Amino acid sequence: MQYNWHWRVLVEAEPGGTGTYLQYLIVGLGWTLATALAAWVIALAIGAVVGTVRTTPVKWLVRLGNLYVEIFRNIPLIVQMFLWFFVVPELLPQAIGDWIKQMPPPWGSYVPAVMCLAIFTSVRVAEQVRAGINSLPRGQRMAGIASGLTEAQAYRFVILPQAFRIILPPLTSEFMNVIKNSSVALTIGLLELTGRARAMQEFSFRVFEAFTAATVIYLLTNLIVVLLMRALESRVRVPGLISAGGGVQAGH
Amino acid sequence: MFAGYDFDVIERSLGYLFREGMVFTLTLTALAMTGGIIFGTLLAMMRLSSMKAVSAIAGGYVNLMRSIPLVLVIFWFFFLVPYIGAWIIGAARPIAVGAFWSAVITFTMFEAAYYCEIMRAGIQSIPRGQVWSGYALGLNYWQSMGYIVLPQAFRNMIPVLLTQTIILFQDTSLVYVISATDFLGAAAKVANRDYRLVEMYTFVAAVYFVVSYSLSLLVKRLQDRIAIIR
Repeated sequence: MQYNWHWRVLVEAEPGGTGTYLQYLIVGLGWTLATALAAWVIALAIGAVVGTVRTTPVKWLVRLGNLYVEIFRNIPLIVQMFLWFFVVPELLPQAIGDWIKQMPPPWGSYVPAVMCLAIFTSVRVAEQVRAGINSLPRGQRMAGIASGLTEAQAYRFVILPQAFRIILPPLTSEFMNVIKNSSVALTIGLLELTGRARAMQEFSFRVFEAFTAATVIYLLTNLIVVLLMRALESRVRVPGLISAGGGVQAGH
Repeated sequence: MFAGYDFDVIERSLGYLFREGMVFTLTLTALAMTGGIIFGTLLAMMRLSSMKAVSAIAGGYVNLMRSIPLVLVIFWFFFLVPYIGAWIIGAARPIAVGAFWSAVITFTMFEAAYYCEIMRAGIQSIPRGQVWSGYALGLNYWQSMGYIVLPQAFRNMIPVLLTQTIILFQDTSLVYVISATDFLGAAAKVANRDYRLVEMYTFVAAVYFVVSYSLSLLVKRLQDRIAIIR
């Protein structure tokens, strides 16, 4: 059994006329990162609010937060992707729905993909935020209240600043998950890195060259993210705590 | 909002959705879970091995699998398995492997990396004295692993292993990208044939939610019971 490698394919022109296959893949990485970063910013914002709300003593807020988390945690990502792409525009008022459906490519796929990944990831961020807050000694909140802060102030000045510093390592792996999960957007037509590797394989018939190149690009991206986050982590680590994040978790 | 919502299309396709699609999804989940836990446990033992080369190979494999998207892994194996099969049986050409077996191999290999990390934590949670007393009794490595460490590690990790399996159950829907007819694939085929995308995809989401959420409640109950015994 022999496979004839043909690495030169990477510097050959792709049929779309935008340059070589390697450039084609790199632009794909650009879309992967653009999708992941936009989704990440929204996910952090929503996740921080939902995660915090679930630690407050307000019962109905906690229930609402739990409901949100359970819904978006128990539906597969690709199904959520289809909901955002096929279903949401139909349920919105006709004018808005039509406007969404008529967005020129790639925005017609990009916007639903970002929304989907943002909500999907926000649930996981919320879980981490809640875990971070709960990992703080109860005395922190009590001391805050005792020194005359209101509940909101205690969160703002005592609890959240510590919690966010503690959960930075698990958030790093969540960020890498968004990058990986953005590949699911190829099912709604977004040509990000994996989608472009598949397209390259279809145009050039160089299957393993295309997927190896994509794999290497993902590995390098991961490496860079890990190095950057490690630098950040060492700067914001809470003195006196050895490390954060408890035991092993299921996930990916 | 539900005006013009065609419930009939769901009713008409229920048989197809569950007998074809859900059976595919559940069989795939069960096989990949079994294979993944077995292979993952072996990987965990390799990672904890005192032989540097062995632990480096397992570590490299796990890190590779955890760094690339599942969709890409599915594509990799979809094209790679025919070649590997041909290499194993010595055929001159890549052999034909259906989407189902390709998916079983993919998910076994992929999830093994995640099960490995869980089992590694499980094995590490067992006090060292347990292994030493095994050796002191004259057991060899495989015996002390098989009779003493793994049963305890496995038991401690059951809730996490099951949670990972729920994730696996959801992830199997990604076989859509190789056009397999799993639950989502079956629904997508009906949706596109009858142009009933809204109905089919909301129904699919509801079914996945009900199954995953009920399973996660079960896991939670199991976790509480195990916690009390410990």
